[in-house]
Amino acid sequence: MKIHEYQAKAILARYGVTTPRGEVAFTKEEAREAAQRLKSNISVVKAQIHAGGRGKAGGVKLARSADEAADLASHILGMKLVTPQTGPQGRVVKRLLIEEGLDIKRELYLGLLVDRGTGKVVFMASAAGGMEIEEVAKDNPEAILREIIHPAVGLQPYQARKLAFGLGLSIEAVNTAVPFLQSLHRAFVDTDASMLEINPCVLTGDGKLVALDAKMTFDDNALFRHKELRELRDLDEEDPLEVEASKYGLNYIKLDGSVACMVNGAGLAMATMDIIKYAGGSPANFLDVGGGASADQVKNAFGILMTDPAVKAVFINIFGGILRCDVLASGVVAAAKELQLKVPVVVRMEGTNVELGQKIIRESGLNFTIADGMKDGAQKVVALAAGGAR
Amino acid sequence: MSVLVDEKTRLIVQGFTGREGTFHAQQMIEYGTSVVGGVTPGKGGTKHLERPVFNTVADAVKGTGANATVIFVPPPYAADAILEAAESALPLIICITEGIPVLDMVRVTTAIDLKTSRLVGPNCPGVISPGKCKIGIMPGRIHKQGHVGVVSRSGTLTYEAVDQLTRLGIGQSTCIGIGGDPIIGTNHLEAIRLLSADPDTHAIILIGEIGGNAEETAAAFVKANVKKPVVGFIAGQTAPAGRRMGHAGAIISGGQGTAKDKYAAMSAAGIHCVETPADLGSTVAKVLKQ
Repeated sequence: MKIHEYQAKAILARYGVTTPRGEVAFTKEEAREAAQRLKSNISVVKAQIHAGGRGKAGGVKLARSADEAADLASHILGMKLVTPQTGPQGRVVKRLLIEEGLDIKRELYLGLLVDRGTGKVVFMASAAGGMEIEEVAKDNPEAILREIIHPAVGLQPYQARKLAFGLGLSIEAVNTAVPFLQSLHRAFVDTDASMLEINPCVLTGDGKLVALDAKMTFDDNALFRHKELRELRDLDEEDPLEVEASKYGLNYIKLDGSVACMVNGAGLAMATMDIIKYAGGSPANFLDVGGGASADQVKNAFGILMTDPAVKAVFINIFGGILRCDVLASGVVAAAKELQLKVPVVVRMEGTNVELGQKIIRESGLNFTIADGMKDGAQKVVALAAGGAR
Repeated sequence: MSVLVDEKTRLIVQGFTGREGTFHAQQMIEYGTSVVGGVTPGKGGTKHLERPVFNTVADAVKGTGANATVIFVPPPYAADAILEAAESALPLIICITEGIPVLDMVRVTTAIDLKTSRLVGPNCPGVISPGKCKIGIMPGRIHKQGHVGVVSRSGTLTYEAVDQLTRLGIGQSTCIGIGGDPIIGTNHLEAIRLLSADPDTHAIILIGEIGGNAEETAAAFVKANVKKPVVGFIAGQTAPAGRRMGHAGAIISGGQGTAKDKYAAMSAAGIHCVETPADLGSTVAKVLKQ
């Protein structure tokens, strides 16, 4: 789960991480009042969306007065920001962060994530603050310092010193940096974060370290033990269909093709998208109905798929194994009738009672095609989707 | 022969009396797996599926002589269950549970490195040596005893591959579902190392997916060490970057973990790559004839 910058900064502040003074604003007037309260020569108006690259897209501006902050706020609120991370459809700005301007001497990069190779949390730091870390990693990997953290003892002071000296900080700044880095690590572990990025972390003219930006992502699997974090979820930042699907425990990701797919199991669902492409079509979505694929789940899944107007045909690919195909087939037929399905459906299923399941599909009187294997199914559904488009 | 599980495996089930534990324990018993008991704290001393229930893993091991455990405990308690099993030095721990917090697994994998237990999973279908022993949730009837080893991060995709092999009359030595999470016990490389050393395994199927670089590491190992033919497939060629594709570990982040990179590494290692899972069975048949 992602959260906004201002929410991440509030969490970090509770762990003793220094952040700029600032307030969230939802309207022009709130922005003006926030800027007045800051009493800062320069205030920064920052669009709050769940994506990076806001500055370049025009979502971050400097104001020299409260009136200017209000004007900038009215300009940015409602603006559609298109950044490399939002995709071409962009994201509409509904919240702003109004912050004090700082006297910036140096910009650094700090980040924490779970490293799959070592199976541990790794702290990354780079003197190239403000730049995309992926680009630094590609062009100049040795510019990224790494400390692997043992989960039993946490980030030790010597590790924090190694990072700080490696960044070329003065001894005074190193002494400030050690508790700063340890606080970041504590915040990461306590909140079950999957990613924490301070880019940039700035060294100010008076020698302070401040988290000028903050990005936090949390492990969805751990949200059950973090009620306070669940409340930070912003549904405006998510695809409405994906939100709807998540209510039913369906794993759905919208794509831009015309062949909808309904599959059980994540690996098979990905492979089904791939084979649709291989057959010359284009997948409209990723959808994993779960290992069990119950009749109810199938109905919910159909409902989600049919909301996407780009869908020209549906491919149901269920490898049941233990699942009974007759039960599945009855569920599929009932759901299709109830939802008055208009588009053609190709069904490929395997499992117990597969012959009976196919018979139920065949005798349903619906616009269903039975496939023999997933390759055959993909070819059939792609042909049907192309026919429907003509 | 086979690896990890066979006729000598004596299995206990953690989360034995729960809905999932009960259903799959029954399925495993029907398949012929020697399920010798189970653990559900608070139900020790009772019987379930005509087998003894124990309060702790230590009691269960003492009472049954078990040498393997399978875990069906819900995500909030699964890390604890794995550590309890490792504490009893069970040589094989298979965790089926999906949805364990990743930092729990960071702690677990660090802690059990010091022990003698091998962990498979979590978020996996389990391990089966057809005709001998099935531990997990895979449908037993699609399998056939034979000489092809299968290693995969995905459950249903493994069933797809196994089903094709069986229809072609090609049996399997051992199928290892290593799991779809970012932090797992046994990875691709270790599973392939086991199958490579098994004289009864004549070819290996490697099924990977986007995210991480475990497939690349395994490919390098294959290139340097594996003499048997390996057939490979990677799911997620059409997956968008930055999105988690169902499995917690299936995500392309920072340009890392793409299907393209994994295919390149596998091809360079001499692995027979297939573009769709529908070709896995026929490709194995072809390489076995060569």
